[in-house]
Amino acid sequence: MHAFADQVYLLARRSVVRTARQPANVISPLLFPMLLLAVNAGGLKAETRLPGFPTTSFVAFALAVPFIQGALFATMNAGTDLARDIQTGFLNRLTLTPMRRLAVLGGQLGGVVTMGLVQAVVYLSVGLAVGVHVKAGPLGILVLLVFAVFVALGFGAVGALAALRTGSGEAVQGLFPVFFVFLFISSMNIPRNLMEITWFRDVATANPVSYLLECVRSLVITGWDGEALALGFGITAAITVISLAFASWALKVRMAR
Amino acid sequence: MKTLAVAQGVAWRTLHNVFTNPSLLIPSIVFPLFFFTAFAGGLSRVQNVPGFGFPDGYTAFQFVFVLLQSAAFGGVFTGFGIARDFESGFARRLLLAAPHRSGIVLGYGVAALARWAVTVSVLTAVAFAVGMHVGGSGVDLFGLYALGLILNVAALLWACGVAMRFRTMQAGPVMQMPVFLVLFFAPVYVPLSLLQGWIHGVAVVNPLTRVIEAGRGFLAGSPTEVGVAFGAAVALVLGFSLWALRGLRKAEAAG
Repeated sequence: MHAFADQVYLLARRSVVRTARQPANVISPLLFPMLLLAVNAGGLKAETRLPGFPTTSFVAFALAVPFIQGALFATMNAGTDLARDIQTGFLNRLTLTPMRRLAVLGGQLGGVVTMGLVQAVVYLSVGLAVGVHVKAGPLGILVLLVFAVFVALGFGAVGALAALRTGSGEAVQGLFPVFFVFLFISSMNIPRNLMEITWFRDVATANPVSYLLECVRSLVITGWDGEALALGFGITAAITVISLAFASWALKVRMAR
Repeated sequence: MKTLAVAQGVAWRTLHNVFTNPSLLIPSIVFPLFFFTAFAGGLSRVQNVPGFGFPDGYTAFQFVFVLLQSAAFGGVFTGFGIARDFESGFARRLLLAAPHRSGIVLGYGVAALARWAVTVSVLTAVAFAVGMHVGGSGVDLFGLYALGLILNVAALLWACGVAMRFRTMQAGPVMQMPVFLVLFFAPVYVPLSLLQGWIHGVAVVNPLTRVIEAGRGFLAGSPTEVGVAFGAAVALVLGFSLWALRGLRKAEAAG
């Protein structure tokens, strides 16, 4: 158990240092979601005048988006870094050591999880600075940060799976538009009950990203909403467990080659 | 004559590359459709906001923005091709071989227009297929597409200037981000009159606001600010022509 923890720690430290040393990997996930928040909060403020809109502050409503968009960046970063390890032969050299598969994956995702936490703190700080009030209080903020880390881990595992299956950083980057489609065809900009076009509402309802957004949104706008939290954490747990299981299997296949 | 021959060669090669490579062609067609779906489909309720006042519905309202966005990004995507040509060394050979180098910029411009023609045809067909209502006449629509065409050229010239200065694909964000920001700092989701706060102030001085508002006026059949919009669009083309040609000179000087 001690050896396993050492293995995870060493790889996680390498992952964190590597992420921190690439300004693009640090700045992009912080800057772009904030930019989109600023643009949408300004452009869609009029939406708060619709009957039934849950809040008078569009920033409070839209603050959930950076959390999920930041997780998409985490997916790309985790996948690209792991793909680079495959392309440079680092993963092959690891196979010559007694390192366990789960330690390799856990360590690789260390940088993503750290970055996920930093992102969440920055997004939340910006939100609070512009006057957003988290309805669920200090404990809600804590739950929000835990959720952000959890989402980063789940999406990071998806990125790792993509890298292990393809072995190509370019292929992982190519997934970004696909994830972006999931984000845009969700309740990102308007609550589902206010969507007028039926097919769009149906797609948004079937889209798991809607529930991740609504989980964050519930803590900020509503307070404690058990259903939203259960759906958000449940879906994140499912994404994490399934992705990690498949990524572990893909790593086994790749190590056996 | 030699300039036209160079332009023809560059345009043909660029178009051949784009239309024989799905990874280049598909995103430029799919992305505008995706934005159209996400905005017109997801946000249609916004037309019920008091004071919205666009008579042809939210699909038509967003169609104009997405059309102009596709025009701008059509130019930027062609700029990526220029940067790629410099990275591969092709552009340097082209600079050596071309008797009139301004024909190179002209060729890329023609290619950008042809590329956008395909994108906008698909976008228009989809918009009509989903029942978009158009209040304007044929002449009004011609005005809308003319604005898009000018914007496409302006964006291409901007991206061309960047590509010829940096001569690497890593300059992609420098080409893309300013265009993205200028587009989204305009009235994207609601008319200018409904914007509030800092974004209203930015949108008022943003030249693309006039272009987008005039485009929406054309589609609704009640053209507004036409002279200002065309003036702003042509001014962008003239300004970025100088930018692109000076970029060409810098690329020549770099050897």
